[in-house]
Amino acid sequence: MNISGIGEFLTSLLILIGASMSMISAFGMIRFPDVYTRAHAATKSSTLAVLLTLSGVFLFLWISESFISVRLLLGIAFVFITAPVSGHLVCRAAYRSNVKLAQVSTRDELKNVIQQKE
Amino acid sequence: MPAQFLLNVFIAILWMLLTDEDKIRAGTFMTGFIVGAFIIFFMHRFFGQQFYLRRVIMAVKLILIFISEIFQSSILVLKLILSPKINLTPGIFKFETILKSDGEVTTLALLLTLTPGSVVMEVSPEGNVFYIHAIDVEDSKEFLINSLKRFEKAIMEVTR
Repeated sequence: MNISGIGEFLTSLLILIGASMSMISAFGMIRFPDVYTRAHAATKSSTLAVLLTLSGVFLFLWISESFISVRLLLGIAFVFITAPVSGHLVCRAAYRSNVKLAQVSTRDELKNVIQQKE
Repeated sequence: MPAQFLLNVFIAILWMLLTDEDKIRAGTFMTGFIVGAFIIFFMHRFFGQQFYLRRVIMAVKLILIFISEIFQSSILVLKLILSPKINLTPGIFKFETILKSDGEVTTLALLLTLTPGSVVMEVSPEGNVFYIHAIDVEDSKEFLINSLKRFEKAIMEVTR
């Protein structure tokens, strides 16, 4: 196996893992019980999936075309900066508008704090 | 510190002159700068000062810690999703951080929210108490608090 063969194998492996991770996190969206746990599946596992897919593409362009794509690196950086903000805001807005936690939840140390404020 | 930086630029210019190219190239300068940074890293104990790029090294270390955490906790969440019977104990717990400035607290919240299985739901107005929603509180609280401590330590190395 020569260098470009190894490169192709690595990139396809990375992209395959990324794609299957985003599929699994889509399953999580359906299977989890409430808004908060669903937000975990939607915003988090997909960040790693996007990271793996984009770095696979980056490696592919680097090895086969010997082209270092700064745009892909910027894409990774901006996904990492914006994804947690959206997750935090969805959860916070849901809690503030009194969406109930799922029945199986075991503790809630935020409840008293919010009630004291109001 | 400025002495080290000047020495590094000097090594870079020397490198550029020694390669003897027909015109000035930014790439050659950068190569020389990186070579100079290595030389100064190995020599800095003779200056009696700290290495001036120490914060850069610590930032790289923080990124590495973060990547290892994101892989570990992703595997935990994927296991939860794929288990035949979903057996969750989600919940919200409180965490008091020792970090002070706004930048540090924001970085900690960003890193924590990026690792799967935990979301920062609310930050107290004083900025030192986090309310964290975890997907599996009873099992993973210890793990989460450990990774929070590691993040805190690494962030403090960068900023102080």
